[in-house]
Amino acid sequence: MIAPILVLLGLLLSIGLVLSMIARRFQPDETSVVEQINAILPQTQCGQCSYPGCRPYAEAIAEGQADINQCPPGGEAGVRALAELLGREPKPLDESHGVHKAPTVAVIDESRCIGCKLCIQACPVDAILGAPKLMHTVIADECTGCELCLPPCPVDCIDMLPRRGPFVWPLQFEPRPAPMPSTQKREPDHA
Amino acid sequence: MDLFLIIISAALVNNFVLVQFLGLCPFLGVSNRLEGAAGMAMATAFVLTLASVASYCLTAWVLEPLGLEYLRIVAFIVVIAGLVQLTELTMRHAAPMLHRVLGIYLPLITSNCAVLGVALLNVREQHSLVESALYGFGAAIGFGGVVVLLAAARTRLAMADVPESFRGAPIALVTAGLMALAFMGFAGFARL
Repeated sequence: MIAPILVLLGLLLSIGLVLSMIARRFQPDETSVVEQINAILPQTQCGQCSYPGCRPYAEAIAEGQADINQCPPGGEAGVRALAELLGREPKPLDESHGVHKAPTVAVIDESRCIGCKLCIQACPVDAILGAPKLMHTVIADECTGCELCLPPCPVDCIDMLPRRGPFVWPLQFEPRPAPMPSTQKREPDHA
Repeated sequence: MDLFLIIISAALVNNFVLVQFLGLCPFLGVSNRLEGAAGMAMATAFVLTLASVASYCLTAWVLEPLGLEYLRIVAFIVVIAGLVQLTELTMRHAAPMLHRVLGIYLPLITSNCAVLGVALLNVREQHSLVESALYGFGAAIGFGGVVVLLAAARTRLAMADVPESFRGAPIALVTAGLMALAFMGFAGFARL
């Protein structure tokens, strides 16, 4: 009775052990630099650096194909951290890839959403929830503010709002950062 | 000579894909492009050969002495899943581009019934260790060859003037069917 359980357990354990040993051996070679660069990048997956995501950009930096100043969401601080990691001179952000903005979050105006699913396909981090012909909504914690969902929306029902910090008591009144003309179209009605 | 016959039989006469109809999912799934098909063929060959050796060792040294033959399928699936993971780790390290081309089809080797089929057929045919390895290798050659052949044909078909209602999956299935028909010609060529 106990033998089959032991055999299966032993089998699973030994396979797991071998795999984890191999995985650890393959880790540190060349991937570690990519991993470290990737850890600095903001993981917005916005593609403004002209690479499909943060990790491909990190790989391109590691191979020397891309410069370190192509990440607008990371801002000057990100460029400085990358320069420090790679032992290069910090340089100003390349404006041709976009300008640094305060962190934003996408909000869907649910009364205008027609449930076309186009923004769900565009979202690189699967932060949009919804079904065909039903309204969609954004999981604010997952949203990276990459704005990739804005162009495909046929009814322009997605707005970029400034990301608010966590709720802290007592409420501290702080003036909201000035709305950006290109992204913020209207005041939130549930502020 | 017997060993040679085992390879020929597994690769051509009893071709796993076109005669025994095992592993059809990756056969049609990755045969869009020649590059991906060749990579998939190599990855599957690696897994198939190793899986047949590992499953033989498992049966002969663990399951049969303990009288646990009924655990065969579960144990084989576990071993195959482990080997696929091993292949994926190795490939991500050695050939990252290929790893990206294959994408989801790499972990799907786990559920490629050709792999489990080879392991189970080895037990049924009571192959020895060397015979198991060769049977797995022959099956791998057969699978890989057929996938690459279909990919080559589909690459040409992409340029051809196919009638509109036949474009895409239908012509791929017709091509696969014609290939299976051709492989039936090997029947009687060698007997297992």
